[in-house]
Amino acid sequence: MGGNDKLQRFEQAIMPHMDAAYNLARWLTRNEQDARDMVQEAYLRAFKFFDGFHGGDGRAWLLTTVRNTCYTWLEQNRRNRVTTSFDEEIHSTDEDSMNPSALALKSGDVEMLKESLEDLPEEFREVIVLRDLEEMSYKQIAEVINVPLGTVMSRLARARGRLKRILCSRVKDKS
Amino acid sequence: MDCSHAQSLLDTYLDNELDPVRNLEIDEHLHGCARCSQSYSERQLFRQNFKTESLYFKAPTDLQKRIERSLREAARAETPSRWFGLSWVKMAAPMAAAALVMLTFLPFIRGPSPDELLTQEVVASHIRSLMVNHLADVPSTDEHTVKPWFNGKIDFSPPVSDLAKEGFPLVGGRLDYLNDRPVAALVYQRDKHVINVFVWPSNQSAQINAPIKTQQGYHVIRWANARMNFWVVSDLEASQLATFADLLKSSVATSPS
Repeated sequence: MGGNDKLQRFEQAIMPHMDAAYNLARWLTRNEQDARDMVQEAYLRAFKFFDGFHGGDGRAWLLTTVRNTCYTWLEQNRRNRVTTSFDEEIHSTDEDSMNPSALALKSGDVEMLKESLEDLPEEFREVIVLRDLEEMSYKQIAEVINVPLGTVMSRLARARGRLKRILCSRVKDKS
Repeated sequence: MDCSHAQSLLDTYLDNELDPVRNLEIDEHLHGCARCSQSYSERQLFRQNFKTESLYFKAPTDLQKRIERSLREAARAETPSRWFGLSWVKMAAPMAAAALVMLTFLPFIRGPSPDELLTQEVVASHIRSLMVNHLADVPSTDEHTVKPWFNGKIDFSPPVSDLAKEGFPLVGGRLDYLNDRPVAALVYQRDKHVINVFVWPSNQSAQINAPIKTQQGYHVIRWANARMNFWVVSDLEASQLATFADLLKSSVATSPS
């Protein structure tokens, strides 16, 4: 098959989703330089296997590759990674105990939300990024992270719970 | 709907991912429950925080350029014309070397035989039928439903018999494609194991009874009579599959068609 013809179809279907690719890679790697490398590598990989793409959701298809690329990298860099273990037993899960003011952050506090999201383990971080930043449907998320729909729903619920708890403790520490 | 149930569904409700019935139930509940509406507005407010640009990282423009460049290179590498662009003089020596190697070793190299290729094809077809959840086009345990279903779809009528009494119930049939032709696939079951039987007309008069083969953990039994080829494949234990094959053989021999 002609490489140019393939490139043309690839440019139409996949190129427009580079922001989505970079955003996911940036959140998974948590730094700019590695995110760049991941996106570049993912794009080359996606191009190589583009014959396996039979139309449909180009963004979800690309993000699957970006995610796999990032996870391979994360595996290799595991030792550098700071794991934040968050004991769910100690931190109460009761919604009422949360300080409601933490839920409506002031503009300057977005930084705190960012840090809290970065503290989440990847499997929780990625569902929030895909849902709340990328605004994907559960079905699309299920395709990207390769789990059943029900798992997307329960993982999102746990991720949001954790995020709010981390955020609350940050707000408390600050005040 | 009580409060704790409503609370557990609020985020999914905000995500717009509830089925219409549940959606309505939440609507109604929020109307009548001040505590849950309060919680709903808080969650809504919290989500507003994500709508800021500082949380979404856009791809830097220079990265975009870099990727476009490397993609063009990759595309060029895939274009075959590059091969022909190489001068024949440069190619001559490696080609001569390759030819020599081929001539020396050719007598010892043998590709897979047609039989081995067909075995691979049959096993692949079996796996595919389990993978894509496409076991049967005509799901039926009745041989008088399955057999006529093939009429007009293929140019032969496969012998179909239900072996439920013997512990191998018929599950259904479907069309498949093997050996460069459409074939009938009959699906049987033994406990949790699926057995695919592929049938198509034989073009050799001799009877064949090949020994059982195993590939990728699947057992394959094949035979042919003057009329039809039969290929039986399953992950069922070998001796049981052999029993099944014998049953099928004798039922085919006694069937009127």
